[in-house]
Amino acid sequence: MTLPRGDIFMAGVGGQGALLASEVLGEAFLSLGFDVKKSEVHGMAQRGGAVTTHLRFGPKVYSPLIEPGKADILIAFEKIEGLRFAHYLRPGGILLVNTQEISPPSVATGKELYPADAVERLKAVTDRLYLVDALSAALSLKEVRAVNVVMIGAGSMLLKLPEDACELALKKVFPERVLDVNIKAFRAGRALLSPDA
Amino acid sequence: MSSAADKQKVCFLSGNEAVARGAFEAGAQVASAYPGTPSTEILQEFARYEGVYAEWAPNEKVAVEVAIGASMAGTRAMAVMKHVGVNVAADPIFTASYTGVGGGLVIVTADDPELHSSQNEQDSRHYSLAAKIPMLEPSDSAEAKKYTRLAFELSEKFDTPFFLRSTTRISHVKSVVCLEEPSGPARPKEFRRDPAKWVMLPVNAKRRHALVEERTNALREFAETFAENRIEWGDRSLGIITAGVSYQYVKEAFPDASVLKLGMAYPLPERLIREFASGVSRVVVVEELDPYIETHVRALGIATEGKDRIPILGELDPRAVRQAITGEAPPLRAAELLPPRPPNMCPGCPHRGFFAALKKLDAVVTGDIGCYTLAALPPLQSMDLCVCMGASIGAAHGFEKALGGEGCGKAVAVIGESTFLHSGVTGLMNIVYNRGRGTVALLDNGTTAMTGAQENPSTGRTLLKEATRKLDLKALCEALGVEHVYVVNPHDIKETEAILRREIARPEPSVIISRAPCVLLAEHRKSRKDRPVYEVAPDLCVGCKVCARFGCPAIGFVEDKARINALMCDGCNQCPPLCKARAIVEKANV
Repeated sequence: MTLPRGDIFMAGVGGQGALLASEVLGEAFLSLGFDVKKSEVHGMAQRGGAVTTHLRFGPKVYSPLIEPGKADILIAFEKIEGLRFAHYLRPGGILLVNTQEISPPSVATGKELYPADAVERLKAVTDRLYLVDALSAALSLKEVRAVNVVMIGAGSMLLKLPEDACELALKKVFPERVLDVNIKAFRAGRALLSPDA
Repeated sequence: MSSAADKQKVCFLSGNEAVARGAFEAGAQVASAYPGTPSTEILQEFARYEGVYAEWAPNEKVAVEVAIGASMAGTRAMAVMKHVGVNVAADPIFTASYTGVGGGLVIVTADDPELHSSQNEQDSRHYSLAAKIPMLEPSDSAEAKKYTRLAFELSEKFDTPFFLRSTTRISHVKSVVCLEEPSGPARPKEFRRDPAKWVMLPVNAKRRHALVEERTNALREFAETFAENRIEWGDRSLGIITAGVSYQYVKEAFPDASVLKLGMAYPLPERLIREFASGVSRVVVVEELDPYIETHVRALGIATEGKDRIPILGELDPRAVRQAITGEAPPLRAAELLPPRPPNMCPGCPHRGFFAALKKLDAVVTGDIGCYTLAALPPLQSMDLCVCMGASIGAAHGFEKALGGEGCGKAVAVIGESTFLHSGVTGLMNIVYNRGRGTVALLDNGTTAMTGAQENPSTGRTLLKEATRKLDLKALCEALGVEHVYVVNPHDIKETEAILRREIARPEPSVIISRAPCVLLAEHRKSRKDRPVYEVAPDLCVGCKVCARFGCPAIGFVEDKARINALMCDGCNQCPPLCKARAIVEKANV
């Protein structure tokens, strides 16, 4: 049974496809008859920097922005980004994190190290932490760009979203030539979490 | 929740898509714009509709002038821009207020509270007051479509251009919209010569000004009963006056409060505001950016709260609104200490090579608006000024003149080709005319990149993807009187540096066209296999970090050695010559 309402915050790195991923979830909730709002930022804010989207669904949604401390689920495409936006998650909320590491400039240039305790710190955020290796799942499909769809596949399990609504949404969002691999990626994402997750 | 029958027409649209749809449904025939976040997608989406004409203009002033001409011809017309574009277009806008319209004329401005992708946080509502042009302000995508249609109708009814104001959280928020069939005028109005209306000689403009004042009075009356200015009575102990996306934050934070929602930002409905204020015990104006509504409410002699508690900086959200009004703010998790992730130029970006060369000269760099403004950030840190589109050239000239005889060879203007064509050409003309000795670097990456790769006069294609004459940048600079115009390949940092050094020292105007395609362009991506992938030979790498400090996202530093991410490397060949140990080599068998 799908939840009656929810606030889904997504955080990733520019180029990881967070915007497209939230688009799929938005279309899925819309097809289930919910009111939906999705907020994102373009332009200077993209360019390899931190990218966030706010997706809200329910019988009636007013604010397009999720309040800090109110998100029901935070889907992070990268560990540091999960930590960066952890304050958006409500107490007891779900934190779904891709274990992939993408070095920020200061790490890539050797000025500081990638935080070695990232997983420990993620565990301290909530008891409901789910770590998934979306990069390996995408690479096994020979499509590194499908990390985003693997993540929403896993997210759909936690959101109790029906698979058929999501696949219809994938059809709406992706062009024909990449649809097949994305449906596979979505299913691979679902398979990463058990049904009673 | 929607019924099955409605599902066909229910769409999930961004505010920008909804404005485009609204213009289409209103029968708009002609639209012109210059791209600018957060407004860009409006014209791209509008251009997809059958039977409309849409174009990228070189700048917003031209876009408005095109729309004025189309309106005079009798068709419904639209000009679209971001908030700072209104500054560029202000000249025709202020006088279009006097001429009024033929076909409906709508000017869309998208403001950017929080400066997600802008150089300032200006509030466009002041323009409607100053230009005496009415303004509608939607609060979500459904209203964005509805108000666009209304703006065209009301434009014709009151013989005035109409502003439609969006903000980032309208333009780039998707929400539910019901599509309708187009229902604009069956045919454009007939063009009729009418110099008294259209030729703004003083004698005519004087008469038109009187009509503008009459019109504004009529609009004031209209605003009193306009259905989009509405009172939602609730708990009378708190009355909130609000508009735009702030309305949504107010409804979320105070679902029970009484609300006056203003769909029209100018002129404001005075009697309605008085009625609302007298019906509640506490009045608060909740609006982003300036105290625009608040100032008006205070001028009516109404005791209201506003910017004394509602932040004037940045954008709002329900938490900020609740905290401002009640003082309540549940504690939040403390922010984690983390390595920052600022935006960066892409792997293989030609701008990186150009700035790596420029950085070596220690020149004062006046910059401009585009992806290359990121060169102001580490590690390139080679920009000393950025103000507005085109400003780099005038500012470099002023810097040189201020230093008198010492000025030559001190400052370099850096500007992208689209920005140059937007408003840099006149600056270069000025350097030549006023005997300047400045150097202008023209970064030609073949597209308007920052806003997502739009066509411009030097790309050879239009918005509608027709082939067109490709503006010759070199010939243009030469025609302006610049005798020294050179084209360099920015991926060759050494050569770029040498030519920059030579031209900056030259006591005459010069232009260096740094030419290589934006890596986001489809043609460039398609040719990826023609370029090598580079890797670091670990036995040769001495771990000096010179390449890592270059700032390319594809280069990382792991366990004392540099490493190149093969998936990200674009094969630009900028980094191999940087390596003294010659450890960056072409990868075999890729």
